[in-house]
Amino acid sequence: MFIGRLFPFFVAGLVLAPVGAILSSLFSPTGEIWSHLVESTLPQLLINTLWLSVGVVAGTAVVGISLAWFTAVFEFPGRRFFSWALLLPMAIPAYVSAFVALGVFDFTGPIQTFLRSWLNSDVSWFPDIRGRMGVIIVMTLAFYPYVYLLARNAFLSQGKRSLEVAQSLGFDRRHGFFKVVLPMARPWIAGGLMLVLMESLADFGTVAVFNYNTFTTAIYKAWFSMFSLQAASQLASVLIVLVFVVIVVEQRFRSRMRFAEARKSERAQRIPLTGWRCGLLVAFALSIFLLAFVLPLVQLIVWSARAYSQDFDIERYLEFLWHSLSLSGMAATLICLVALFVVYGVRRYPGVLAHLAVRVATLGYALPGAVLAIGVYVPLTWLDGQLSEWMSQRLGFETGQLIQGTLFTMLIAYLIRFMAVSHFPIDSAMQRITHSIDEAAMSFGLKGWSIITKVHIPILRSGIFTAATLVFIDVMKEMPITLMTRPFGWDTLAVRIYELTSEGQWEQAALPAVTLVSAGLVPIFLMMQQTEK
Amino acid sequence: MQRFTFNRFLIMSLGCLAALLNHSAYAEEVVVYSARIEQLIKPMFDAFTKETGIKVKYITDNEGALLARLQAEGKNSPADMLITADVGNLWAASQAKLLKPVQSDVLENNIPAHLRDPQQEWFGLSIRARTLVYNTKKVKPEELSTYEDLADPKWNKRLCLRTSKKVYNQSLVAMMIAEHGEAETEKIVKGWIANLATDPLSDDTRALEFVAAGKCDVTLVNTYYFGRLMKKDPTLPLAIFWPNQNGAGVHVNISGAGITRYSRNEKAAIKLLEFLSSDKAQNLFADVNMEYPVNPKIAVEPFVASWGNFKQNPMNLSKAGELQTTAVKLMDRAGYQ
Repeated sequence: MFIGRLFPFFVAGLVLAPVGAILSSLFSPTGEIWSHLVESTLPQLLINTLWLSVGVVAGTAVVGISLAWFTAVFEFPGRRFFSWALLLPMAIPAYVSAFVALGVFDFTGPIQTFLRSWLNSDVSWFPDIRGRMGVIIVMTLAFYPYVYLLARNAFLSQGKRSLEVAQSLGFDRRHGFFKVVLPMARPWIAGGLMLVLMESLADFGTVAVFNYNTFTTAIYKAWFSMFSLQAASQLASVLIVLVFVVIVVEQRFRSRMRFAEARKSERAQRIPLTGWRCGLLVAFALSIFLLAFVLPLVQLIVWSARAYSQDFDIERYLEFLWHSLSLSGMAATLICLVALFVVYGVRRYPGVLAHLAVRVATLGYALPGAVLAIGVYVPLTWLDGQLSEWMSQRLGFETGQLIQGTLFTMLIAYLIRFMAVSHFPIDSAMQRITHSIDEAAMSFGLKGWSIITKVHIPILRSGIFTAATLVFIDVMKEMPITLMTRPFGWDTLAVRIYELTSEGQWEQAALPAVTLVSAGLVPIFLMMQQTEK
Repeated sequence: MQRFTFNRFLIMSLGCLAALLNHSAYAEEVVVYSARIEQLIKPMFDAFTKETGIKVKYITDNEGALLARLQAEGKNSPADMLITADVGNLWAASQAKLLKPVQSDVLENNIPAHLRDPQQEWFGLSIRARTLVYNTKKVKPEELSTYEDLADPKWNKRLCLRTSKKVYNQSLVAMMIAEHGEAETEKIVKGWIANLATDPLSDDTRALEFVAAGKCDVTLVNTYYFGRLMKKDPTLPLAIFWPNQNGAGVHVNISGAGITRYSRNEKAAIKLLEFLSSDKAQNLFADVNMEYPVNPKIAVEPFVASWGNFKQNPMNLSKAGELQTTAVKLMDRAGYQ
C-alpha cells in the first residue's frame, strides 16, 4: 500500500501550494507598510487579537463542555430536546448573529430605545455591546457548537463509565469530572477548541460588523485599502506560523498519552437531576439556546417578512438553494473521504514526518478566507495557463481556460480550507480504535477490508457524521472562496447574502440568510438521527 | 505508430471537449467582473442584450478579489470589463496594468472630464455623493458649513462617523489631502475623532440611525443610504446638507468601469461601456440605487432631486486613488478606527 503511505503527504502538498504561495511573500520587501503598521496600530491589533482568541476559546470551552457533559450524562426535563437543539446555532453564520446582536442591543435597538423612553434618561449605564465583551460573547455563542459536538461525542461513549471508575477510586463527582473524565476526553475537546481558535483568528465578517480591529482586519486593510497583496500575505504568514506552533505544541503534550475506549458502551443509566440543580441547568441550557439561536432567527424572520415582497423570486431562490446544497454535499463527501484516507495513512504508517504532514494539511482553516482563496487561485490559474499553452501548441488553436471556473476548482479549494474541520472529529474517533482491537478482530479471523467494515466503521461512524455535518454547514456559509472560484451563474445563498450586505442591505439579506439556516438544519437533523441511536 | 495516433486522438478529443466547454466564449458576448452587485447591474445588461443581441456574462465579488483574480489570470483572463463601486480600485487596476485605454467620442461626450481617467482607462458611470446628514431637531442648517468645520470643538460629542476601513471615507480624506496637504488634513481628521459621540460605526445606515436616535447630531454618508432609510420611514428627523458649496464642492465618488487589458471581445465591450453612459442606461444605472447619473444632461430621479442641487468637487478623481494609501496611513495615525 504505497499509496496509503503517501496519501497524507499528497494532501499536505495540496495545502502547501497556496500556503507556500503566501509564505513566499516573506522574501519580498514591503517594508514601508510594515513600518507604518508597527508605528501606528500593530500593538493595539495584537492585544485585540489576543483578547479575542483567549476570550472565545475560554468561552466556548466553558459553554461547550458543560452543555455536552450535562446532556450526555444527566437526565433532566427537556434533555432530548436540548441535546440536538443546542447544535442549531451552528447553522447561523457568525456575522449574521453579530449584526442581529447589534440591531437588538445597541443604542438604536429596541431595548435601549425602550429603556430611554421609559426611564426618561439616556441610559448611559447600559453596557456598550460594540466593545470587546460584545464580540467575544457573540463569537462564543456562534462557535460553541464545535466544542459541544466533539466533547459530547467523547462523553457519550465514555463519560459515564469513566466517572464510575473515578468514583470507585474515591473521588466525588466533581473531582472525578476534572481528574478523570475531562483528561480522557482531551483529544475531542482539543480538536473542537482548535477549530474555534482557527475560526476566530481567521474571522473577518463578525469583527467588521463590530468594527473591532484584529490581525485579520490589518491583513484585509493592507490588501484592499493599501493595494498591497504582498503585505497582506506577509501578515497572513505570521498567522500561519502562529497557528502551526499552537497545533504542534498541543500535539506534543498529547503525544505521550494513549486513549482507548474499546466497546461501544452499553449506555449506562443517566443520573437523574432534581430540585434547584435541575432548574438551574434547564435555565442555563435554555438561555444559551434562546440567545444563540431563537433570537437571531426571529429577527431574521421579521426582516425577511419585510423584504419578502422586494427580493423574492422563487425560481432564483430554488436555484441558490440547489447550488448551496449540492456544493456542500459534494464537498462534505469529498473532504470526509480524504480525511479518512489521511487518518488511515497515518495510522498504518506512523512517523514524525507523517504526523507533520497531517498538521500541515489542516492549516488552511486558520487563514482568512479571502487570502486563502487567492492563494488557491494563483497556482490553479498558473496550471491552467500551462495546460492551455501546451494544448494550443499541440492543436494549433486556443482552448482557453480548462480547469478554472469549474466545480473541480471549487472543490479543491474547499478541501484545502476545510480539511481541519473533518480531520479533527475523524482523527479523535480513530484514537478509540487501539491496535489491540485490530488484533482481537484478527484473532476472530477477520482480515483487511472486513476489519474496516465490520469493526472500524461502526466505531468511526459518529465521528464521520460529525465531520460531514460540520463541513457541510461550513461550506454553505463560506463566502470568499465561493465568490472567487464559482463558475458563471453558480450563485449560492452565501453569495446572495454577500451581495446584499456589501451594499448595506442587511434586512434584505435576511431572506437568503433564513433560507441558509433552514437548509443547515437538514444535515444537523440527519446527524442526530445517526449518532443518537 | 499506433501509439502515436492514439495519443493524437486523445489530445484532439480533449481539445474538442475543451472547445465545447468554452464554446460560449466564442459567441458574441461580453464577460464582466463586477464589484457592483447583481441587482445594480443586471437591469442594464438585460437592456443591452435586448438592444444589441450581445450576451453579457458576469461574476460579482469584492474589488480586491477581482483585481487579484485579473492579475493571476493575466492574458488567459476571460474578463472583458471590470466594474467597481468606487474610484480607488479603478485607479489601482489601472496602476497594475489590468486595464487598457479606450478612445471613444461617445464616452468623452457623455462623461465629464473629472469623472474619468486622464489616460482613458476608466470611466465613471454613476455618482455617489458623500455629504452631511443632520438631526433636524438638534441642528439648524446654518450651523453647518464644511467637512472641515466638523473638526471644530463646537461639534464635541455630536459627530458620528463610519469606520475608516470603508473606501468612501478613504477617498474623501484622499481628496482632502489633495486640496489641503497632509499636515492640514491630519489636523482636521484628528479634530473629527475628538468630536466623536461614539466609536466609529460599521456602516452608513447605522450612522444615520444613530443620528436619528439622537446619539449624535451629524454624520457623513453617501446620499443613497439616506434615501433608502427615508423611503422606509419618512418621519425620521433627518435632512441632507450640501457642504463646501462656497469652496471646492461636495465630495463625489463614482461607480465606474474599464476594459480589461487582455479583453478578447473588445469591440462588444466598448459597445457595452458606451451603452452604459448613454441616455437609455444612465437613468437606469443611477436610479436603481438612488445615485446620480454622471451625464449632467440626464434628469435626476424625482425623489433624489428633492434633496436639492449641489456643486460637486471638480478635481479629477484619479487623485482619490493616488492618495488612498497616504489617506489610510493618515487616518491610522489620527486614531480613526
